[in-house]
Amino acid sequence: MTFSPALEERFAQMLRAYPEGRQRSAVVPMLIYAQDEVGSITPELIEEVARRCGVDPLQVDEVVGYYSMLHRRPMGKYHVQVCTNISCMLVGGEQLYEHARKTLGIGHKEVTPDGRFSLEEVECMGACSWAPAVQINYDFHHFVTPEKLDQLIDSLRKAQ
Amino acid sequence: MPETVKLTIDGKAVEAEKGTLLIEAARAAGIEIPSFCYYEGLTLQAACRMCLVEVEKTPKLQVGCTLPVAEGMVVHTESAVVKQARKGMLEFLLTNHPLDCPVCDKGGECELQDMVFRYGAGESRFLERKVHVDEKQWSPVVFFDAPRCILCYRCVRICNEGMGVNALGVANRGVISEIVPNRHDHLECDECGACIDICPVGALTSGIYRYQTRPWEMRHVGTICTHCADGCRTTLGVRNGKIIRGNNRDRSGINGEFLCIKGRYAFDFVDHPERLQSPLMRCGEGFEPVSWSKAVETVAARFNEIKVRGGEFGVIGSNHTTNEENFFLAKMARQGLGTKNIDHHRTGDLAAFFDALAGRKDALASTQDLYLAKAVLIAGADLSQQHPLLAFQARANVRHHAAHIYTAAPGPVREDKYSFARAQNLEELRDKLAREENLVIVIGPLAEARRTIAFGDSLGVPVKYVCLVDYSNSRGAFDMGVVPRGGGKSLEQMLAAPDLGALWVVGANPLKNAELASRQAFVVVQDLFLTETARRADIVLPAASAYEKSGTVTNVCGEVQKLRPAVKVMGAKTDLEIFGLIAKEMGLHLGIPLPDKVFEEIRRTVRGYDVPLPVIETGGAAPTAPLNGRVEELPGAVRSAGDTLFTSGTLSRYSKILNSVMEAPGALYGGLAPGDGSR
Ligand code: SF4
Ligand code: SF4
Ligand code: SF4
Ligand code: FES
Ligand code: FES
Repeated sequence: MTFSPALEERFAQMLRAYPEGRQRSAVVPMLIYAQDEVGSITPELIEEVARRCGVDPLQVDEVVGYYSMLHRRPMGKYHVQVCTNISCMLVGGEQLYEHARKTLGIGHKEVTPDGRFSLEEVECMGACSWAPAVQINYDFHHFVTPEKLDQLIDSLRKAQ
Repeated sequence: MPETVKLTIDGKAVEAEKGTLLIEAARAAGIEIPSFCYYEGLTLQAACRMCLVEVEKTPKLQVGCTLPVAEGMVVHTESAVVKQARKGMLEFLLTNHPLDCPVCDKGGECELQDMVFRYGAGESRFLERKVHVDEKQWSPVVFFDAPRCILCYRCVRICNEGMGVNALGVANRGVISEIVPNRHDHLECDECGACIDICPVGALTSGIYRYQTRPWEMRHVGTICTHCADGCRTTLGVRNGKIIRGNNRDRSGINGEFLCIKGRYAFDFVDHPERLQSPLMRCGEGFEPVSWSKAVETVAARFNEIKVRGGEFGVIGSNHTTNEENFFLAKMARQGLGTKNIDHHRTGDLAAFFDALAGRKDALASTQDLYLAKAVLIAGADLSQQHPLLAFQARANVRHHAAHIYTAAPGPVREDKYSFARAQNLEELRDKLAREENLVIVIGPLAEARRTIAFGDSLGVPVKYVCLVDYSNSRGAFDMGVVPRGGGKSLEQMLAAPDLGALWVVGANPLKNAELASRQAFVVVQDLFLTETARRADIVLPAASAYEKSGTVTNVCGEVQKLRPAVKVMGAKTDLEIFGLIAKEMGLHLGIPLPDKVFEEIRRTVRGYDVPLPVIETGGAAPTAPLNGRVEELPGAVRSAGDTLFTSGTLSRYSKILNSVMEAPGALYGGLAPGDGSR
């Protein structure tokens, strides 16, 4: 399996960055960046990362199962993550998540038929001070209300 | 003297080496800190939190299994808050636990049961439905019942670190975390069962033992594995005259708790339906069962008659019978039958090995040396396949002492994975090896003993050697003189002799791949099964296996250990008993055929065997060093059978479990081409 030249370069750098014999440290970042390019964590990707980091595929599989931001199926173009963990829950996180479900018409880790949106109920994202928090792809949104969420989704719908 | 620190545990002044983990320091002082995930010899996990203790001047409870001791530390392991924490942890561990102790294999010897009994709460505050996952079969050996699992990772670590196999992992996290096998729905591994035995609860169970018994209904017999030459101690669990379990959880013996699939599970040949239970006498093309007295009388009469008319005898001994049996057989051949034609299937060139080392001290490596040496060179052997314990020792040496492993083999072997250097031939390794502080050289079937020793000696560093042989008492057969010394015929020569008068085969199957040239030879075979050789016999005598007898065996490193009988198979007799009966009937006076008596004689007369009795009697392994003198060259072939992890000569043909595993030998890490596995 090969990746884009930019990603290949990034991987090569990563493998060099860790001390000799510790290349397994690159498993997580490799998976994340490869997921962005490939769309999801496929079995071939697992084999490939295992090979490059010198571990057994089973060990990469463990990591994939552990981190919820690694997906075995492709998510939507915009992956909406709503926090319902304690700080967010106290200020309406759960209602926000319910609202997102209705607005998007999908549930946890589901994708809209057009493939543009997916939804995920997530645990604390470290944004408690600005709760309730939502993350869409790599962007954080703070103090999110149902209205604000609708606006966000609308703007993304319009965006190409 | 290593640096020590002083601390106080439960009011007791304790001194421990700097860097010691609190849990170990406490144990050494007789204070037990409960633990699940902490396991001596494996990496630290700190997953279970059973070992929480209170350390003064530290605000939170501390994890005793990862905390190194420090000067002036004051620790409380039984304070109210610690007890409360343990109770909480156990309540938590039981949230999804099915509590099916009444039908669980582990019930009665389960660490979770014991902990809950000692520290647990009487009731749970969880009202939620328990998460249930159905039980899975991963291989003929390994079954997994996820809800019982407490996620201590012991299985993952023993497989990864101890076995070097890496077959188990953990999928998901939180409440749905689950141990998973390397091939998604099944396992491809050594099928050693180490993960099963190390599991503190009944989450991993074995296809052999599961649902067979309650542990307390068994009698436990510590004896020595009868398969390869490594001589692992295995504790056989016996109920109603049947062996139903093998393990070594008490860590007795040279192997600690290590066992491969053969020592742990391949005892099932003992009650194979084809086991011979009555003497058989040739009757035309077939056999008819006869009484022991008739059979013994016939053998004795024919032997005497052949002896009187000056006929030639051939005696082929076994790689599996005890030292006492081998010694008695050699004596019977030489003194009783008057022949030098005695041999066995020689699987390692011990004659050249001992001769090359003759007169030296400290030249033979012990099993422990493979764990302690600074470096180990494995020459011409696939150690993980053929000597699982020695391979385990070397792996542990790398993990615990950062030892250097070198491999010199024509093909890929598992040791390459953690070896310091590998090469096709020894010379390429010379420079590195010469820089080692000390070295153990393992001489495998693909290395030449004299040449390898000459190479080792030329390195200029202290070297100890092991010469690999295949089976549980291959070494003993050689040492006891079941070899054609003084001009006798070798095994091959006996089979090829056109007018051999009698062939006596004990626990061997030489006619598996060979013909007996002599048409008129009177053939007597003592064996467990009607092998190819037994089919050619005139008289077949049903013999007892190693698990049915007393006596001693000598492992590949020359360590003598004692067998204890676990069961009796009706109709079969030990080979020593059979020799005694034949000798008596022939009117020979060769001493009392009792294991202890014969062993006394061995201690007096066999070189290197004047070993201390108490060591052996108490289940220990006594080293032998038969190096006081040159050893004559022997005629005939030396040929390893090339058994793999899943074969054991003829015995494995009658082991259901060995035949049921599906892994190709060396499937995981390559491996040298296996031989035909005949013994
Ligand atoms: S049986 Fe042995 S090799 Fe197989 S998974 Fe268990 S520990 Fe690993
Ligand atoms: S299966 Fe047993 S050994 Fe493995 S993690 Fe679970 S409880 Fe521990
Ligand atoms: S390593 Fe050898 S002696 Fe030990 S259990 Fe396996 S077959 Fe038996
Ligand atoms: S609880 Fe939602 S970001 Fe921390
Ligand atoms: S024994 Fe310390 S955390 Fe498990």
